[in-house]
Amino acid sequence: MRRLYLLLGLLLAVLLLLPLVLDKYLLGIFVMIFYYAYLGQSWNVLTGYTGHISLGHALYVGIGAYVSTFLAQKFGLTPWLGMLAGGALAAVVALGLGYLGFRFGLRGVYFVILTISCAEIARLVVSHIDAVGSFSGIFLDFHPGFANFQFRGNVHYYYISLGFMVLGSLAVHLLARSRTGRLMVAIREDEQAALALGVDSFKYSMIAIAISAFMTSLAGTFYANYVFYLSPNSMFGMALSIDLILRPIIGGLGTVLGPIIGSFVLTPLSEVSRTYFAQSGLEGLHLVLYGVLAILVVLFMRQGILVYLARALRPWLKLEE
Amino acid sequence: MELLRVKDLGKHFGGLTAVDGLSFQLRPGEMLGLIGPNGAGKTTVFACLSGFLRPEQGEVLLEGQTLVGLAPNRICELGLARTFQIVRPFLNISVLDNVMVGALLREKSVARARALACEVLGFVGLGHLAQSPATGLPLPLRKRLELAKALATRPKVLLLDEVMAGLNPTEVDELIAFIRRINAQGVGILLIEHVMRGVMALASRVLVINYGQLIAQGTPQEVVGNQEVIEAYLGRGLKHA
Repeated sequence: MRRLYLLLGLLLAVLLLLPLVLDKYLLGIFVMIFYYAYLGQSWNVLTGYTGHISLGHALYVGIGAYVSTFLAQKFGLTPWLGMLAGGALAAVVALGLGYLGFRFGLRGVYFVILTISCAEIARLVVSHIDAVGSFSGIFLDFHPGFANFQFRGNVHYYYISLGFMVLGSLAVHLLARSRTGRLMVAIREDEQAALALGVDSFKYSMIAIAISAFMTSLAGTFYANYVFYLSPNSMFGMALSIDLILRPIIGGLGTVLGPIIGSFVLTPLSEVSRTYFAQSGLEGLHLVLYGVLAILVVLFMRQGILVYLARALRPWLKLEE
Repeated sequence: MELLRVKDLGKHFGGLTAVDGLSFQLRPGEMLGLIGPNGAGKTTVFACLSGFLRPEQGEVLLEGQTLVGLAPNRICELGLARTFQIVRPFLNISVLDNVMVGALLREKSVARARALACEVLGFVGLGHLAQSPATGLPLPLRKRLELAKALATRPKVLLLDEVMAGLNPTEVDELIAFIRRINAQGVGILLIEHVMRGVMALASRVLVINYGQLIAQGTPQEVVGNQEVIEAYLGRGLKHA
């Protein structure tokens, strides 16, 4: 285990130094790697650890992006605080959704439908609110500065997104080892058996969805201030909900390193192929590539890449210690 | 005062009466057997006592407190734990982590829960397998794990649903010894069991149910000689003309 931590520390040191050598385009790819790894990590809390499948996590990204941007434009509130307001609202909305799902025993596909519906409802509602730009969305004005969460170039975004990924993963790591995290895993493994051991599955499912939504929404604020444009379809849409779950699934569900590894594999592939395919007029082909990779992993690496990686590196890392 | 008191318990599934006016008591430190042919309603009784099903009539009192209508986790918190007939290990985590879920009910600190779980695993003879994933355990060890999980919640009453089914005689004898030791610590035990070797060895009293009704009770020796019990299991002999 000590060698594993050593390896992770080394990798982190390399990542911290990368902006010295990489250009803006390559840094942008790393920003997306960290962003999606963090999103996957946030989703992982509810689905990977607690076992409730959410296909509507774009809902929380959208809330985070819209709330902080709205507060910044209307009241001049710094997105650093607007981010927390968005997180709080996302957690409240998630608790409402969770109450409906967990109190009334919606599980499996029925819970999935609930999560999709809520995200779609939010998308349609936001599409009709003029104060946040309705269908056409919001363009953010560019006022670089730390308080505005806006920067020239990609170096600041690189370090902020790296911070999100590292701190988010650390938080999930600590959660997984805590009493709460252990009870969440019991619910995932067998909810009835967990109930029989005194686990209050309603309470811990509610805690899981609130944490997951809060974390997810912070990424929304980041994204808004990185691309300067929000639209209901891109921030609340189904495409994002699917996009953000692929990395933890491919990397390894219910593990801390899974979403990170998944993102390092999938995000560069998607970013690079998107650019090159679009240049040669084959827009959308990167999605096909995605699909093929997802199928291959499901067929040949059932538990995600991490399990196989761990097995291969076991002798060297001395994981048993 | 009795530890567990069941009065006039009733549960129907549509037109089928699964439990019909069942009453009994479990005294502190007692081991009570619940037997009956397949489909007699034994597992339904357990589900009603542990909160997984809500009985339509009757009362269940644990040390005087009513359990009917409480959620299963609340009932476990109050001190009534159960095992499942078809064992339900948390497959993707280690044996120790499985038992820790139970231990975390009383011990809020992870370190103390780990210590309690290790103690329980040692007690049921699974100490050497603590770090193995539960998915690797064969059935006899899964049965012990099921027992360990329930035991880690520190119950006052333990409901054991066919923990001996599928085990060979040696394994049954080992399990009998474990259950005796649990009982010796003052835990009241209610035992559903088809393995008569186990019932005869453990239970001081046996309740026999058929079609949800109590048809006989007494010491194990008394009930196995009871004509009605024999008929419930084997049917009535043909009358010769």
